[in-house]
Amino acid sequence: MSDASFPFLSVLTAAPLVGALLVAFLPRSQPELAKRVALVWSLAVLVLGIVAWIAFNPGGERFQFRESYDWIPAWGVNFTFAADGIALVMLLLIAVLVPLVILASWHDADTGKRSVPAYFALILALEGTMLGVFAAADVFLFYVFFEVMLVPMYFLIGSYGGHQRQYAAVKFFLYSLVGGLFMLAAVIGLWAVGGHTLDWQALTGADIDTGTARWLFLGFFVAFAIKAPFFPFHTWLPDAGGAAPAGAAALLVGVLDKVGTFGILRYCLPLFPEASHYFAPLALTLAVIGVIYAALLAVGQNDLKRLVSYTSIAHFGFIGVGIFAFTTQAGTGAVLYMVNHGLATGLLFLVVGMLVARRGSALVSDFGGAGKLVPVLAGVFLIAGLASLALPGTAPFVSEFLVLIGAFTVNKPVAVIATAGIILAAGYVLWMVQRTTQGALNPALSKVDAMKKDLSVREAVVVAPLIALILLLGFYPKPVTDVVNPAVQATLTDIGAQDPAPTTASGENP
Amino acid sequence: MEDLQLPHIDYAALAPMLILFGAACAGILVEAVVPRGRRYPIQLGLGLAALVAAGVAVIVQASTRIITAGGAIAVDGPTLFLQGSIIALGVVALLFVGERSLETGGPFVAQAAVVVGSEPDRLQAARRPGATEVYPLMLFAIGGMQLFVAANDLLTMFVALEVFSLPLYLMCALARRRRLLSQEAALKYFLLGSYSSAFFLFGIALIYGYAGRVDFAGIHDAAFNADRHDALLYGGFALLSIGLLFKAAAAPFHVWTPDVYQGAPTPVTGFMAACTKVAAFGALLRVLYVGFDRASWDYRPVLGVVAILTMLVGAVLAVTQTDLKRLLAYSSIANAGYLLVGVLAMSKDGLSSSMFYLVAYGFAVLAAFGILTLVRDADGEANHLARWAGLGRRSPLFAAAFTFILLAFAGIPLTSGFTSKFAVFAAALDGGQTWLVVAGVVTSMVLAFPYLRVVVMMWLSEPAESTPTVSIPGALTSTGLTIGVAATLLLGLVPAPLLDLSSKAAEFVR
Repeated sequence: MSDASFPFLSVLTAAPLVGALLVAFLPRSQPELAKRVALVWSLAVLVLGIVAWIAFNPGGERFQFRESYDWIPAWGVNFTFAADGIALVMLLLIAVLVPLVILASWHDADTGKRSVPAYFALILALEGTMLGVFAAADVFLFYVFFEVMLVPMYFLIGSYGGHQRQYAAVKFFLYSLVGGLFMLAAVIGLWAVGGHTLDWQALTGADIDTGTARWLFLGFFVAFAIKAPFFPFHTWLPDAGGAAPAGAAALLVGVLDKVGTFGILRYCLPLFPEASHYFAPLALTLAVIGVIYAALLAVGQNDLKRLVSYTSIAHFGFIGVGIFAFTTQAGTGAVLYMVNHGLATGLLFLVVGMLVARRGSALVSDFGGAGKLVPVLAGVFLIAGLASLALPGTAPFVSEFLVLIGAFTVNKPVAVIATAGIILAAGYVLWMVQRTTQGALNPALSKVDAMKKDLSVREAVVVAPLIALILLLGFYPKPVTDVVNPAVQATLTDIGAQDPAPTTASGENP
Repeated sequence: MEDLQLPHIDYAALAPMLILFGAACAGILVEAVVPRGRRYPIQLGLGLAALVAAGVAVIVQASTRIITAGGAIAVDGPTLFLQGSIIALGVVALLFVGERSLETGGPFVAQAAVVVGSEPDRLQAARRPGATEVYPLMLFAIGGMQLFVAANDLLTMFVALEVFSLPLYLMCALARRRRLLSQEAALKYFLLGSYSSAFFLFGIALIYGYAGRVDFAGIHDAAFNADRHDALLYGGFALLSIGLLFKAAAAPFHVWTPDVYQGAPTPVTGFMAACTKVAAFGALLRVLYVGFDRASWDYRPVLGVVAILTMLVGAVLAVTQTDLKRLLAYSSIANAGYLLVGVLAMSKDGLSSSMFYLVAYGFAVLAAFGILTLVRDADGEANHLARWAGLGRRSPLFAAAFTFILLAFAGIPLTSGFTSKFAVFAAALDGGQTWLVVAGVVTSMVLAFPYLRVVVMMWLSEPAESTPTVSIPGALTSTGLTIGVAATLLLGLVPAPLLDLSSKAAEFVR
């Protein structure tokens, strides 16, 4: 059964994996060739993604491009792909980010003793598994990609990362695996009570008794909360983000972590509507704590990459608020936030990577007045920072605003506390920018030759599309909201939540 | 005087066992009459031919479902499936046993009776080809295992137990290097093994006292109908289980496992980890499902505790290991726990998923021990974890293969480890054993850590001064490794055919 003549989703998933195999077997002695092949390959995937975007009918069925192939009939498990609006925008985000990351990481693997083709093969493999995770419409298949995704990321951090890479890689893997195993238990439980099938569509109608559903919800939720990560499961992210090479960190925070919030939207809410309502206060509390706590920690960081990681945790708190407010505005805002955060934080990580590559250190105290040496790069850094703090006119503003007004209509305290996060965000971003690029020039900085080279053409090509997208979606988010809105509404219908009429808005929990 | 009636014997149904025992006897004759130099190719060829012939005999019998030899032997679906598995795993194990290109004369001592450390010992260690008695011993062991899984009464089962155990005790003592360790292992295995045999035998006596019969159908009929006291039944069953759980390496009867796995020649360890496990669980399944199914309400909680203890002991102690063979031994203990989870589902699914697990685990563990035989230094195999540092850089292919096997043990999707764990956990949850599944998932989290540590060692650590070399494997080991790794991958990607086969075979005759 397929309503598209072309199997977009399976090709999108398979293509990068094939590319990864191809690049992995290129000779180590020809690093340039591997880089070019990887770049061209990821661009081809991007083209395919854009075609899929055009072919997607925003006003059509909720799930499009559905494909299904038999896999393990004994368990009722199929290779089922299907994308709704939420999945589609995430797919496109991945397709956009990966070529830029490849281009930005052009020299990342050159200096070490490690194989260059392997690095780019791992990035492509990561792309394939990430695309698969968003395209899957069978819980089993989703779980498979969810777990396999860890392996390339583990090696990207562990083999190509910076200081403390082993520790960070193991911590990342163990945290994710623990979450994954909780989810495995829930998946098996779902299979047992849901009538021996793991097809998403069949399971949404399954009649699961309340107590069981709550346990199963928790199994999924813990996995996603670790992945996202929500407070108090967040401690792996600063380590992983701090140790990963900048490109991989951009993918880690920009996309991979979105699997958590996406999973909550796609699996937790529609499969366990009652449990979602039951646990919503808990989830909102964790999300709000995350917003404030991570922002405070971010203020105190001296390591740029760790700082950006903490800002992301705060942003994931916002997304959590948006999801669990159960209103269309907040939900759309949350999904939009997932995309915009991918662009803004992706950009921020890549720019930080450029700074760190020049300076050879990620410590804020090693910079100071860098704007005098690399004015253009410092300007880009400022733009990325402003986008990250959700300045009006940049894309994250739209989503943050939607989340807050959506939440305000149903839960004023949460919205009010979360708004304080915006102020803190302005604090940590501006202070970071000030300490690194403004003020008196750090004398040690001018002794570093690399700091004298401003933004190169390659780097300009990396940042330009991201900045353009951030501004475009800041002023005109309609193309994305049009695609996302129906999917969010369908999700809310699944859980039986209704938008409050503006006049009867109350502060009580629904 | 009444005429003695000879029981009818269906020779075709017994063909696999007859072929193997016949070939084993022929192998002893070869030892007696063929000159030493020519024995190796003849024995190896004879062994492989016998296994292939027995495999063909199993396939020809595929649809046989009878009880023959006066009720002593049942040839039914599980029997044939398990016999086929033991043969398939036995072929791979024989390939490792037969390898002679890794060190002069192969992994076995030339003359086990030579005093350790004496002048003749040094001579034989350096030059002389290994003992070829190993091959008939191995055929006897495999034949005994075939009988063990087919035994339809307790006495036949006991005979089979001894037939396959005695050759194993001997094989453990035949290591060419570190002979004292090897002899100690053999003695330990022998003493504890005979102790457990005594338990088994005593259990038979009690059960005979209760039921008046030793065949499983008779025990089934007698359970709760006999006029004897139930204590006889429970006592007998408990003693019987001890004997079987000892062979299966379940806690608290596991203490022999690490020492024996470490001391035995590595190919023999692989053989034990794969084939003995199949045989032990095959027999356990028959005892529980055919003989004592009416008492399942009474023993399920007790065996459930054993399963949890086994998983815990295996997982927790694996974390502390620094020797790879011991690490794999504890991992094999934990896996015995996972198998027990499947067994205790007490359903058709439980039976078929346990059988699937046995095959999947068998191939993976054989490949793991196969790779251990390759990593060597001047003193033979280098099994200490620290010695494996940086191996990934020296021989990426083998390190990648080992990493893949470790990921399979950790239960990462797209490996057989994941599908098999999913199978047993799903069956157990369907059978209402939620607590076992939760324990299984939690211990899987713990167990992931030691595996990950090995991966970190191989890929992320810097090579030490004296990193051992990875020998180029001969044709036999290469073939064995390829089969093991390919089976692990295939059963992870397309488990459906074997799942179908195991579920078709999952019906005992009584």
